[in-house]
Formats: sequence, structure tokens, C-alpha cells
Amino acid sequence: MLRDITIGQYIPGESALHKLDPRTKLIAVVLYMVGLFMANNWQGYLFVTLVTLGILFLSQIPLLIILRGIKPLMIIITLTVGLHIFLTKGGVLLWEWGIFHIYENGLRQGIFMALRLVYLVVITSLLTLTTTPIVLTDGLERILRALFVPIAHELAMIMTIAIRFIPTLIEETDKIMKAQMARGADFDTGGLLQRAKSLIPLLVPLFLNSFRRADDLALAMEARCYRGGEKRTRMRQLAMGGRDILAFVTIGLFMLISILMRS
Amino acid sequence: MMDRTNEIVNVNKVEHWYMNVQGDNKQALKTVDLKIRPGEFVAVIGHNGSGKSTLAKHLNAILLPDDGAVRINGMDTRKPEHLWEIRRQVGMVFQNPDNQLIATLVEDDVAFGPENLGIEPVQICHLVNEALASVGMNDFRKKAPHLLSGGQKQRVAIAGIIAMKPNVLVLDEPTAMLDPAGRKEVLRTVLKLNREDQLTVVLITHFMEEAILADRVVVMEEGRIVMEGTPRQIFAQVEKIKSLGLDVPPMMELRHRLALEGVDLPEDILTVEEMVVALCPSD
Repeated sequence: MLRDITIGQYIPGESALHKLDPRTKLIAVVLYMVGLFMANNWQGYLFVTLVTLGILFLSQIPLLIILRGIKPLMIIITLTVGLHIFLTKGGVLLWEWGIFHIYENGLRQGIFMALRLVYLVVITSLLTLTTTPIVLTDGLERILRALFVPIAHELAMIMTIAIRFIPTLIEETDKIMKAQMARGADFDTGGLLQRAKSLIPLLVPLFLNSFRRADDLALAMEARCYRGGEKRTRMRQLAMGGRDILAFVTIGLFMLISILMRS
Repeated sequence: MMDRTNEIVNVNKVEHWYMNVQGDNKQALKTVDLKIRPGEFVAVIGHNGSGKSTLAKHLNAILLPDDGAVRINGMDTRKPEHLWEIRRQVGMVFQNPDNQLIATLVEDDVAFGPENLGIEPVQICHLVNEALASVGMNDFRKKAPHLLSGGQKQRVAIAGIIAMKPNVLVLDEPTAMLDPAGRKEVLRTVLKLNREDQLTVVLITHFMEEAILADRVVVMEEGRIVMEGTPRQIFAQVEKIKSLGLDVPPMMELRHRLALEGVDLPEDILTVEEMVVALCPSD
């Protein structure tokens, strides 16, 4: 059970999107966002929608998984849309009830906002759905390094170690929980405060052990000649191919057209 | 200098103190002398707090001697310019298999050492393949470490060291947290690396059945080396080993008890087979 959890939400596949270099995907997401935020009229949004659907189709990720990713965000989306619908004035008055008014502009703004949020979530989750966390970390490190971010390697190392230890810590939490339950600890009853309190006997050993682990790990890393990012090489080499150039051209064109369609 | 330096590890009159905040210092090593030849398999035994782990940590300059010197292939561990070469030559495997694997994939973890050394990517690939093959973990290269058994994790940890092409493999109680099956698995791997690849092995352990596999056993007690010799020489001294708070391998114990009852058997029986032959000599 707990052992089987997957880190991130990567779905194995052989699609064109899966095969792209992680750097391409990361940069493309940024460019896509620019294009998305430029759209401000019906034509613009229609264009963005078509392109998004195209990317979705290319990824071969089942639509159901994408929808499941949007679900937890429904509250935020509804709230944003609601605020825009009711608070934006201008245009023809469409509906009125007591103090509530819906104007044409408000309705339009609300729909645009909803689309914008949904597409944002869809594209960013496509990134993690088609890229393993390791490769993503690799890509991030190299992009940050290219941007001369001084702690690029350290950030990537922190991410890698975090990903590596999530399952280990979950397993350990499970173990400590059972051990404390065997001693009569109760994690599921009582009010919010009571429950928060009952977590203390779980968190204290978990934290202590984590510090011990960190100590051991640092020792093991030093023993294996780790001395930071300098002079370090990588076994896994990232290589961009024709596919990546095509992706850059496509997403660049998308951004450009989106800007041109702005009114 | 006409120094006969065919030893790969030379621990010379090493003293080490642990200091704590309260100021009461504890001496962990007292004039320890130990020379290890290339290709040798040395087991270090002793109960908790005898200084065996402290000694191990001196071999790759994690700890430095307060007095005396540790030389690896003639390089003094106290000289900072030798630090990384010493750490490459003396690989170390630790007790807890979970706390020494760094990467999210087995092959990435094995590559960690060579990557730190700045080796060319293509070359790293070869090293990783070789290392994984030598511990028999090639089929698991794309697995995440947390899905492996304890024994498999330790073998990956060993592979991570082997990939750095070390001269000495130091294992600090590598089997203490494993089940019997995992223990056998790890020992078989260590033995193979020693016998077939002529790798020098220093095994810190408190399992006597592991120590009898070594060429030489070093017994530590309160920071000193108190006994040294082949497993047969050491474990034949049943009373002395017991007085040090250590266990005696079962067949040695049996021989000792039989001897007390007047059954005369050779002093150096280690294995069940030898015991059978000694008891029933007629073929």
C-alpha cells in the first residue's frame, strides 16, 4: 500500500510530449503562459483553446486524468468566476435579482477567467504527467545553470533527495503510527485541537529520525567524494533534437499569433 | 626511504579522542596499529563502543587521528590535498541501507560517486554497468531504491562504491539491520569481490559467523586492538573471546564444551563440515 505510492504524477508513455527534452517542456510552458495571458477576446480564446486541445491530443494522456487534476481547483475557479461575473460592470444588463446584477462584460470576463485558470492547470499538469520527477529536476538544474542562478545544483540536489526520501518517510510515519497506536495513542477521535495534539507523539520521533537520517546521508555523500556542483559531471546527458526545435517553433508561433490577435 | 610500503592501509599508533560540550573527553582509540595488505580480507570485531567504527572512519579521512598517522597507499589522511584521492580509493558502506542511497533510481545512485569525480558521461555508463553486474543488481537498475529489500539496497550501496574503482572496501556493520537472507546476500557479494576481484576488504561486524570468513580477525576492546590472527587462531581461544563479551562461532563453542567433557578434538574447527569430519574420521 504505502510502499506503492508514486512520486509526482508521471504517467508512462511514448507520446511526442513524453519524448521532448525536459528543458524544452519547461520553457514551452512559460511561453504558453505568455500566450494564454495575452488572449483578451473571443477569437483569442478560441485560438488558445484549439492549441491547448491539440497539445492534449499529442500527449495521449486520458482526458479523465486531466479532469481529475482540475477537480480540486473547482472552488477557486468558481470563486474567481463568481467575483468577475457579479462585480464587473459594463455592457448590456443581462440579469438582475435584488442587489445582484450580471452585465455582459462581467459574464465575458468570468468565462475568460475560468478558461484561463483551467488551461493553466491543464498545461502545467501535462508537464508533470509526461515527465518523470528525476528528468524534470535535471532539466530545471540545467536551465537554472544556464541562467547563472548560483545555487542551481544545490536546488536540484535538494529536490532529488526530497523525492528519494518521501516514500522512506511515509513508510516510517506508518511504522511510528502503528507503534504509538500499540501504546494506546488515538489519532482519529476528538476535536481538531485534540487531534492536532495527538500528532505530537508522531511528529517528534519522525523529526528526530529525519535529523539522524540527514546526518547519515551527509556522511555517506562525503564518503563518496561529494563536494558540491563544481567539477561534477552527469551520467544522464540531455540532448535536444529536431523534435525540440519543432516544439519551440510551434509554441513561439502560438505566442506570436496570440499577441497579434489581442484587441 | 627503505620503507616496505606494500601495505595498502597503514594505521600507525593512532589515538583518537571524542570531545563533547561538557568537556569530558573520551578516548576512542588508544595506540592502534594495523597494517593491511592488498587483497586481504580483514574482519574487525568487538562489542559496542570498542572503537571499531571509529577506526573504520579513520580509513577514509572522515575522522583524523589526534596522534599517530593513517596512510593509504602512502598518503597521509591528514594532508588535505590527498583527501579526495583517499576517499576514492577507500570506499565505505554504512550500516543503514536507507540512509546512504541518494538518488531516486538505482543506476543514478551508482553513478553518484563517479559523477562527483568528474568522469566523462560515457565512461560513467561503463562503470555503472560493471559495478551493477559485479553485485548482481543489473536487473534492478531502473528501480526506485525504496522498492528494494534491505540486502538489495546494501548491494546497490556496494555497487555505488565499486563504480569509483576503489582499492579498499570498508564496510561498517553492513548487515546489522538486515534479515538473515539479506545478510547472506551481502556477504556473498563481499566475498566474491574479495576472492574474484582481489578487492581489499575491511569488514566491521559483530557477527562471528561473518568474521570467520576473513583472512584475518582483529578484536578490539576499549579502543585497543587486543587480539589479532586468523579466524582459527582467534576463535580457538574460546575463554578469552567470551571474557571480551563476544560470541564464539557455534562449532567452536561445541568443540570447547566437548573438550571440557574430555572429548579431544583439533583446536581449529570452524565449520559444521569440519566438525563432522573430526567426530567421524572414517571417511
